[in-house]
Amino acid sequence: MSDWGIQKAALGERLAAGQQHARGKVVPIPSLPAFLKAVIRSGDRVCLEGDNQKQADILASALANLDPRHVHDLHMVQSGVVLPSHLDIFEKGIARRLDFSYSGPQSARIARMLFGGKIELGAVHTYLELFARYFIDLTPNVALIAAVSADKDGNLYTGPNTEDTPTVVEATSYKNGLVVAQVTEIVDKVPRVDIPGDLVHFVVEAGRPFYVEPLFTRDPAAITETQILTAMLAIKGIYAPYGVRRLNHGIGFNTAAIELLLPTYGEKLGLKGKVCTHFALNPHPTIIPAIEAGWVEQIHCFGSEVGMEDYVAARSDVFFTGPDGSLRSNRAFCQTAGLYACDMFIGSTLQIDLEGHSSTVTTSRIAGFGGAPNMGSDPRGRRHPSEPWLKAGAEADPDSNAALRRGRKLVVQIGETFGERNTPLFVERLDALDLAQELKLDLAPVMVYSDDVTHIVTEEGIANLLMCRSKDEREQAIRGVAGYTDIGRARDAKLVDQLRQRGVIRRPEDLGIDPLDADRRLLAARSIKDIMLASGGLYRPPSRFRNW
Amino acid sequence: MEKLSFRLTAPNRAGGTRAQTIVGVVASGNLEVLLERSLPAGTCTIDIATAAHGFGAVWDAVVRDFVARRAAGGLRISINDGGARPDTVALRLAQGVRKIEEPER
Amino acid sequence: MTAATANDVPLSWYEASARQRIDALVDAGSFCEFIGPELREISPHLAIFNLPEQFDDGIVIGRGRLDGAPVLVAAQEGRFMGGAFGEVHGAKLTGLLRAARALKQDVVILFDTGGVRLQEANAGELAIAEIMRAVIEARHSGINVVGLIGGRAGCYGGGSLIAGTCSRLIISEQGRLSVSGPEVIETNKGIEEFDSRDRALVWRTMGGKHRYLIGGADIFVDDQALAFREAAIATLAIRSRFDPNVLQAEQKRLERRLHRFGDVEDAIEIWEVLGIDQPTGIPALPTGAFLRAANKRENADDAR
Repeated sequence: MSDWGIQKAALGERLAAGQQHARGKVVPIPSLPAFLKAVIRSGDRVCLEGDNQKQADILASALANLDPRHVHDLHMVQSGVVLPSHLDIFEKGIARRLDFSYSGPQSARIARMLFGGKIELGAVHTYLELFARYFIDLTPNVALIAAVSADKDGNLYTGPNTEDTPTVVEATSYKNGLVVAQVTEIVDKVPRVDIPGDLVHFVVEAGRPFYVEPLFTRDPAAITETQILTAMLAIKGIYAPYGVRRLNHGIGFNTAAIELLLPTYGEKLGLKGKVCTHFALNPHPTIIPAIEAGWVEQIHCFGSEVGMEDYVAARSDVFFTGPDGSLRSNRAFCQTAGLYACDMFIGSTLQIDLEGHSSTVTTSRIAGFGGAPNMGSDPRGRRHPSEPWLKAGAEADPDSNAALRRGRKLVVQIGETFGERNTPLFVERLDALDLAQELKLDLAPVMVYSDDVTHIVTEEGIANLLMCRSKDEREQAIRGVAGYTDIGRARDAKLVDQLRQRGVIRRPEDLGIDPLDADRRLLAARSIKDIMLASGGLYRPPSRFRNW
Repeated sequence: MEKLSFRLTAPNRAGGTRAQTIVGVVASGNLEVLLERSLPAGTCTIDIATAAHGFGAVWDAVVRDFVARRAAGGLRISINDGGARPDTVALRLAQGVRKIEEPER
Repeated sequence: MTAATANDVPLSWYEASARQRIDALVDAGSFCEFIGPELREISPHLAIFNLPEQFDDGIVIGRGRLDGAPVLVAAQEGRFMGGAFGEVHGAKLTGLLRAARALKQDVVILFDTGGVRLQEANAGELAIAEIMRAVIEARHSGINVVGLIGGRAGCYGGGSLIAGTCSRLIISEQGRLSVSGPEVIETNKGIEEFDSRDRALVWRTMGGKHRYLIGGADIFVDDQALAFREAAIATLAIRSRFDPNVLQAEQKRLERRLHRFGDVEDAIEIWEVLGIDQPTGIPALPTGAFLRAANKRENADDAR
């Protein structure tokens, strides 16, 4: 007869070992190294909480300081490889295998370590995909998470930056894994219970808040005239005709420009109430003027943003907030919302090839995917209709039976034809392919696949790929908005002109937009200070973004 | 600095009567464009001093498009470039011909 | 407050170019440029360093009218080499100030400078000295020399020395006025002394509000071209004195200021000593509320 309690027994052993270094559930900071050594076993699958924003930074450093003679061969399964300590863990030989989603600031080092064989890569995932695997084949043995406060029973308050925590805890704790939380402080009563105490085995009082990166703050002072022109094209050429009300904005200056043009240019076009009413979106500071001008009805958030806490709390009509008043974010739910309940994703990218595949990977950097591919893909499981979805579906396949025709999610890639340091946005061949070859990956890391992209917007115009009927048309539509890049200059001018006649390509002049009107004075806020003023003083930007 | 010079046949004569105008500033990713009405109406010259080397072909495409599409005939155009992207160059050139059309105040 | 009030500014001084600022400052259509870009009076030094030149060498000078009265104007372009002084740039301003004395016309200097250009440091330093002398000589003959500070590059180094010799200074919150810039302080004294990337620290140490509160600037205005214009008109209407008494008064004021604030560590403590109710709230205050809160400020009225 087999023993069906192996995992429970193993958890019991870890709990007993950890208890040696804790008082109740509370682990004093000085005992943290000994505690971690006691509860983590070589070969464990460990989820170290951290994404593009919040970080369980104290636990990360403690893990990186373990002795690899005691703990080694860990398999890290985590959303973000962001802190230097996340990679130190591999450098020192404490961990060997990695499954992750996003690597932002560590993208160059992670690439070097992959080439050097210091890391054995499982796969680069999207957030939702990695979360899904936590419940199927990448369930953690140990989760090291971060919260704002805890009570002595382990009830956690994660505050505005709840983000991944509920998902990580759900997958770990209900499958006999051990959950350890770092918290700023232990309190008598938490402001709200985000994670019930019986799922949390130990808490570490860090004495300071976990690190949060203000990743979604874009200073309007840096928005260029070209970005404004491109934003005008997107609003007038895509938002308006499709009537896009439910959407997600990717990170970047292009979408920041769109947000800041809604109360000015959008208002002038009479679009208020007709577009941009419901968002799956982090609380971008640049969305404040649109909210204040009454454009936005509802926003659900993946995470929070540094400095936006008070503003969000004061706008509970728009944001999801808890009984304590502050934001409740949830990455897994928001990713799902962005995938299934939004009609459009619009975001920037680094490279687009002639088929329309796009990638943020360059040969020396592996930035990961984060959530963009979840937002930027057409969900085959969607069944509810909406006007933009049906219209896009009809454009792609005008001749089929409307009642049997799938709609299409609008997946828009937006950018200037030349990026930083005059790097062209359009390329013959994605760097991602070279990287895949070098690392012997089965799949090239593609951010948004060609068959998901519906539109490409640059300062030269909009290419509607839904209306392309052949591979050749698609290529010329892309070349036709590629400006003065090599790709753009090698266009077939006659074919591009025909596409323009058919409305597949639309130029500023086709939409009644004069490039010379693209002026910074069109922005509803031209500085962080303007945004702060628009918020009535509720938005408190981090010091480094202030110029007052 | 790389120097480039173009002398092009211009189909459209520059509008207005202003003798000269200037747009933009020399900064990273930006450029200044000085336009002087000093040539025969069917000609446009463009002299470029640029900090970004090796983009001659792109400049060639940008200035040819500009002269073909905009009213640049009769203009001697001089550019000091701080490494601007082609879209910025095209925008400044367009702003320049628009400004030289404006009446003198 | 709604977004509309944050953006009903027709022209942000901070964002405008030197030429846009002059256009918005003087009476419409009244500006006439001296040594314009068409003369290509460029720096003789930059080509040696393979650096891009600008046809006006980063400064626009000329004459115009302010509310009908003739005035000479100089505007630095803070985006070209940080608005820094080089040989030609400096000579244009020196010449304008000498002309002011000869023509008996007031001068408005639109500062936007990081100081002296490293590539032509000797010429630039000499220019600073010549300009300061020319300012003093002009003032001595009864000419007003008014400085406007609110540009991207601030007013640093030699530029701040010149500003110190002006009859009056008009500043906006965005304007920064200091001899040493944040990076220079950090490089020389360490990040513990001054973290140049802490922008809030930079602004509360060198920014317009602080300079106005301690009498380093005389008029505080919104970041709007029209506000600068109105303040310049009002300022030029006051005849400034310039004699040994004025200099002695200024010396006394500075000694008093040093005595009063010499021991404090941070601008906020200075504001506290000044008797401002909620000193930490100062940076976030809009102009009207700030001016009300600033009624106990130090001023240099007797000294200028």
